[in-house]
Parts: sequence; C-alpha cells; structure tokens
Amino acid sequence: MTQAGPAIQSLSFAVVGSGGAGVMTSGHMLLDAAARAGLYGVMSRSSGPQIRGGEAAALLRLSPAAVESHGDRFDVLLAVDWQNAHRFAAEIPIDAHSLVICDPGEGAVPEVFAGSGARIVAIPLKAIAKKIPGGRPNMVALGALGAFAGLEADALTRAVESTLQKGGDALKASLTAMHAGLAAVAETGLSLPRLAPARENGCWAISGNEAAGLGALRGGIRFVAAYPITPATEILEWLSSALPRVGGTLVQAEDELASINMAIGASFGGVPSLTATSGPGLALMTEAIGLAVAAEIPLVVVDVMRSGPSTGIPTKSEQSDLNIAVYGLHGDAPHIVIAPNSVADCLLATQWAVHLAETLQVPALVLPDQSMGQSRVLLDRPADIEFPTRRFVADTDPQNYRRYALTPSGISPMAVPGTRGGVYTADGLEHNERGTPSSQAADHLAQLDKRGRKLDQADYSRHWAEIEGEGDVAVVTWGSCTAPVREAIHRARSEGFDVRLVSIRLLAPAQSARLAEALSGVKRILVIEQTHSGQFYRYLRSAYDLPCEMRVFHRSGPLPMRPGEIHSKIVKELAA
Amino acid sequence: MNLVIAPTPLSANDYKSDYKPVWCPGCGDYSVLLAFTKAMAQLQRPPEEIAVVSGIGCSSRIPAYTNCYGFHGVHGRALPVGTGLKVARPELTVIVAGGDGDGFSIGGNHFLHACRRNIDLTYIVMDNRVYGMTKGQPSPTTEPDWDSALAPGGTGLRPFHPLVIALASGANFVARGFSGDPNGCADLIVQAVKHPGFSFVEILSPCVTFRPDQREWGKMVHSASVNPTDDPARAARRIMTDDGFNIGVLYAGCRAPYQPQKAASASMAAIEAEFAI
Repeated sequence: MTQAGPAIQSLSFAVVGSGGAGVMTSGHMLLDAAARAGLYGVMSRSSGPQIRGGEAAALLRLSPAAVESHGDRFDVLLAVDWQNAHRFAAEIPIDAHSLVICDPGEGAVPEVFAGSGARIVAIPLKAIAKKIPGGRPNMVALGALGAFAGLEADALTRAVESTLQKGGDALKASLTAMHAGLAAVAETGLSLPRLAPARENGCWAISGNEAAGLGALRGGIRFVAAYPITPATEILEWLSSALPRVGGTLVQAEDELASINMAIGASFGGVPSLTATSGPGLALMTEAIGLAVAAEIPLVVVDVMRSGPSTGIPTKSEQSDLNIAVYGLHGDAPHIVIAPNSVADCLLATQWAVHLAETLQVPALVLPDQSMGQSRVLLDRPADIEFPTRRFVADTDPQNYRRYALTPSGISPMAVPGTRGGVYTADGLEHNERGTPSSQAADHLAQLDKRGRKLDQADYSRHWAEIEGEGDVAVVTWGSCTAPVREAIHRARSEGFDVRLVSIRLLAPAQSARLAEALSGVKRILVIEQTHSGQFYRYLRSAYDLPCEMRVFHRSGPLPMRPGEIHSKIVKELAA
Repeated sequence: MNLVIAPTPLSANDYKSDYKPVWCPGCGDYSVLLAFTKAMAQLQRPPEEIAVVSGIGCSSRIPAYTNCYGFHGVHGRALPVGTGLKVARPELTVIVAGGDGDGFSIGGNHFLHACRRNIDLTYIVMDNRVYGMTKGQPSPTTEPDWDSALAPGGTGLRPFHPLVIALASGANFVARGFSGDPNGCADLIVQAVKHPGFSFVEILSPCVTFRPDQREWGKMVHSASVNPTDDPARAARRIMTDDGFNIGVLYAGCRAPYQPQKAASASMAAIEAEFAI
C-alpha cells in the first residue's frame, strides 16, 4: 500500500466563447505552455449540441503535481464572449474568490456568474486585438490566462509556435496579441498564488482516447475495425494513422455489428484485434461478444461511456454502462471487464486488456468514460510494461488436435488458419473438445466449466485494483470517480482522518478474496459511483460477500464528481 | 534415371470432413457441398489455407462439413467475419457461405458493403427462398404469394433480387448456379475464387421439405446463352430481364480489389514521440 501525498495545490481556469471564438485553441496553448513551464495539468472540453459553431468551454486545472480531475471551483472564468455561456454555469462553479475576466464590449456578465460575487476584471480583448494586424481576441485571452497562471512569456511563446508551425504573419500576430494580453493583466495589478514548477524534464500531453489507442498498440493489437461514435471516435482516428506504421490495418465498417464481427474474424486469423465504441454501439455488439466467449476468440472492445440510456447525452460522461458490460451477454458467458481509473490509466488498462484477452482467449471490455477519453493530461512518460504471456497457439501438425481440449487451466492451444493439422471450425454452437457441434449435457457442462476455469485460474496480479491508505473505513470506487475520491481522501487525511481507498480496475471476474483482503480491518465502506441507480453498489452487493457496513453515494452524470462533495460524504458517512 | 515422385494431387474427398450433415434428405445443399469440394480440388489449394465462414441457417452449417478451417458465427454476420479475416490474413483463400435469409435479410447491409468494398473473397449463397431451419417462413427472395403460417396468403412483397443488388453495389463477379448441376457449380466456384475482388455466386438450392415445388427447378434452369460481360450496364439489363433461371457467369468486372497495405515503417518510440512536450 502506498501513502498519499499532501493535498493538491492548483489553479483552475475556464475559457468560454461562441463557436469560432477559438477558446479550445487558447486552452490547448495554455496547457502546452504549462507543460513547458514544468507544471502538470488537465484540460477538458465542453460544448453545446451543435456540430459546428456552438458555444464551447475549455476547462483547465494546472498544478505542480500530477492532476487528473477538476477541483470544486474555478479561480478564473474568462469569457471571450457571453453567447450561451449560461449553459455552462453548472459546469463552472465560481465564488467570491474567483476572477471573471470579460470584455466590456460583450455586454453585462450573466447573472448566473455575476451572482457568485466573483471579482469582475474588464479587459477589452476585442479592442486590443483590433489594434494588431491579424490579431485575434483568443490570443489576447491566452496572454491574460498565462499571466494569471504565472507562466513566463517564453513558455507561452513556445506553445504558440508549436501550434502555429507554419509561422509567418499568423504567428507574428498571435505572439503580439498574446504579449498584449500579458501586459493588460500587468496593468490591473492582480495576480494569483504562484504554482512552483516541480519538473525539470519534458512530459507528455495525451488524451484518454489516445492513451487507449497507444495501450492497444503496445499490447500488440494489429487489426482494428471502426465505426464512428461519440465519444470514442478519437481512439479509432488515432489508430487509423498509427496502426499502419507498425504493420497493422484498420477497416471502417458499415455498422457496429460489422465492426465487432470483423475484429472477431481477424482474431480468428491469429491477429490481435480491437474495436472501440460507446453505449449504443456496445448494445449492438453484445451478441457477437457472446460468440467470442463461446468460440474462445481473443478480442478487445473499448466502450467509452457516455450518459444513457439510448442516445442520452453523447458528449457527456457517466458510468452507467457497467451493467451492460458485466451482465449484458446472454447465456453463462464469462468475460473480462476492465475499467481505467484515470486518463493516463487508459493506456495500462487497454494494454492489460489485450494481454488478458490474448492469454485467456476471451473478449475483454475496457470501460473508460467521456470525461477520461476526451480530457488531455500532462504526465510523465508512462513506463513500458511487458506482460509475460500471450496467445497459446498450436504448433504445426499437432497430435490428435482438439481445439477445445479440456486442459487443467482451461486454456487450449488455438490453431491459426494456415497451420497444417489444426483444421477446426470455430462455432457459436455448443461443441465438444474437437469443436464439433454438440447438444449433449456432458459437453455443455464440460465446456462451460472450461470457459469459467480459464478466468477463475488466471493471474490478475496487482493490477486488479489500486489500494491506498490504512484506515478502518474505506471508499470503494472505480473509473473516473477515482481521482476526485483520492483528492477528497487527501483532504480528510490532512484533517487527521485516515480513509482507505480501493479503486477496482478488474470489474469482471469479481475478485472476492482479494477485495476481502484489501478491506481487512475495515468497519465501514462508502461506495462512490456516477450512476443514477447505484449500479456499482448493486454489483458489489451481488458479487462480493462484504461483512462490513455499506453506505453509498451515487448520482448521475454528466456533471463531474467534485472532490468537495465527496469529502462531505466521507465526513458524513464514515467519520460518524 | 532419376525418378521424380510428384505429390499426390488432392481429391474432392480431401476437402470433406467426416461429420454427417444435419440437412434433410434431398436438400440441395448436399450438392453445393460436393461442388465446393470439387472446386477446391480443381484449385489444389491445401485445405488448411482455406477458411469457410458462415452465419446461421441450414446452409450456414457447411463449414464443419469441409476439411478446411471453418467459422460458424452469428446470424447475418458472415461477411464481416470473412472481411476481417481476409484483411488480416490476405494470403488465405476465404469463402463465405450461407443462405438467403442470413445474407439478404438480417445480413443485407453487410452484403451491400461487402460488394462495395470489393475485398478478394468469394460469397456463395444457397438460395432456397425460405427459412428452413425455423421450419418454413418467407425469406427476402420468397415469391409474394407463397403461403405460410407466418404470412398466410403470402407476404405480398416484391422479392429481393440479389444479383442486381450485387451488381449495383460493386461486386466484381456475379454468377448463378443450380445445385442439381454440381459440376457446373464447381466450375462457377473455381472462376469466382480465381477472379480478383468480391465474387458473388448465387446457387439455387431447393428446400424439398418446405418448398417441394422447387423440385421443378431442374426443369426450369438453362445455361446463359451469351458469354459473361464486363459491362455492368449490359449485365444489369440481362439480369433484370431474364427469367431467374439463367445459369452461368453473368458479370466479370475489372475493379481492383481493396486490400489495405500493412508494411511497418515506424518504431513505437517514433509513434510515442508525438505526445512529448
């Protein structure tokens, strides 16, 4: 068990504006500059329902330490304009200590923000930009944000240069506008507490979706079938260009039914295969995932969860696909479900899923969510991890080959087409050891046992969960709730109240003995999750024999879980 | 004098497994299985380098009856499985097989896009114009007035025309066969496998159990009187205006097959460099 560090020191910035105002560009450049200044950070995006041209918000949190989630409040809200900005009010909590930077030419501050009592700082972004040939208000905004973040002009300059690599007049105008923004803040005499850079070396900037793609590649995925869906599309787009560079292929399918079956076909052919989707796509794929269970075809499906049911809120997050991922297959169909616990962990979780799918000849689902997939974090380069086993493939001319032989481990050698003497038919029909369809009770039982045994006897190593702290009360959580829970626990600990954190990465198969061990000495647990119906709580109640007292805090998306609300639940439910 | 011993050529029997089919006596699919094994013997491809992929239905049981690698998946998704397999393993000969319900109803969308994508594989549909495995319901190719328990008095729906759809969607080879002529079907399958791109072979394969009227098909079929064309417009007119019993290769096009290239050109380190600041 590892002890957690002190509470997080950070500054949070929200940048809002109408479509085309360039707030995302400002946000990306600010994050890039923070990276160059030796800070860590996270940037999320929020936008209206329009395909193009809607209002947008870039949400950033910068810190001297690695940071994965947003805090309780924003230090700075900068509005390039106020068009529809009120729609973001619930996502951008501000208070009397916050600063609202706005252009006096864009009208009054909307009441939802003005009512917070935040200090209003007028900076005429448009007027300043207008004086610079080719200057744009969002670059003036970048300078203003950089000033409040305490970033040097040099870091901001390099961030602008790396984005506008073509150089020329556009770069020159942007730099001039950015400097004008810095100067405008200097004139106000205002500043925020300085974040002390903690890092000398470079870092990575990566989104959860890119990290999942990279994890797939590191794990050995060489075939991907793709059908676009928000918020998973970036995984597929990233793999589309990266995969051919390592000798893999990506095919765009006509629908999710095709993409999952293409991946199954390629994996039957011996090539590690993956597809990525979101809830509606996963619903279409479940029949074929069951086929992969029955025919023992290794397969990875990444489901980047969004608010459901049905089309739900496609651009926003929730953890409500847990039930379909764990229980959605018909028949008794043991499979793997893995949930990354942070943006960065999308890499390890996906790579691990590939390893388990290939080793156990089983489908593995990976469950990140929109808040991870579409957030970008600054982090140290993730370590290379080598997993020791891969697919058990039959040799040429095996003696008396039986594809579904009843081995002690449940894993039987898989003949890849082209292998002489290994010919068999992979089948969704129940079958005997040779793969011949069979409706006999004894064959059904033997194969069900075999498929269950593979997963029961597998070594899931320390990766099954993250466990921190020693307290006699614990929070049990998963996925994107982990980062705000961790922060809330830090806060509790700094108040002298020790709370154990258990964040489960391996949702299926359930690890009863391991969880019991992780919770030894614990008297009471608080379950925290982002679903309306308490799916994770019900899952724990059904899959685990937990002797301790259980409390639960669950609520729907799409608003992110805040460390403060979790902290108050911890105090209320666990400290009593 | 040196004696060169040539390897024994593979016979049709070498492509047949010893499993007993579930098919009814008299089912046309037995003859399609025979035609398939004869075709493979003509091609002399080692059985382990051939994969037979199917979905669900009577005819979709065919993979296990061959001595090739087989994949018997879920209903309607045979073409995506075959597509993934062929793209991942282009050196294999991939044959996708099934029936009219599997291919044109539940799998209809995949049929359109497989034709369009034009991957180098062969799709054999054993068309009996009925759902046999579920005991006699109308399929997309069933005549509108065919009476059944599910559609008393007939569906009243215009039948799906797979050959025209295939042509319109971009299939590179279109042929029609009759199971009662296994040698003729074998010849069509050989041509289909040899032809680059997506090759579609519709084989009229009677269901004597639920469609005993189809026993008459033997008298109705006739050879296509003209040579195959590579002009899709001509082929379309011919297919749309024939009597549905015109047997032979009806279209052999010259579109280049789709096969993504996969030569590795970068290290993981080079790919990861894009994330570094």
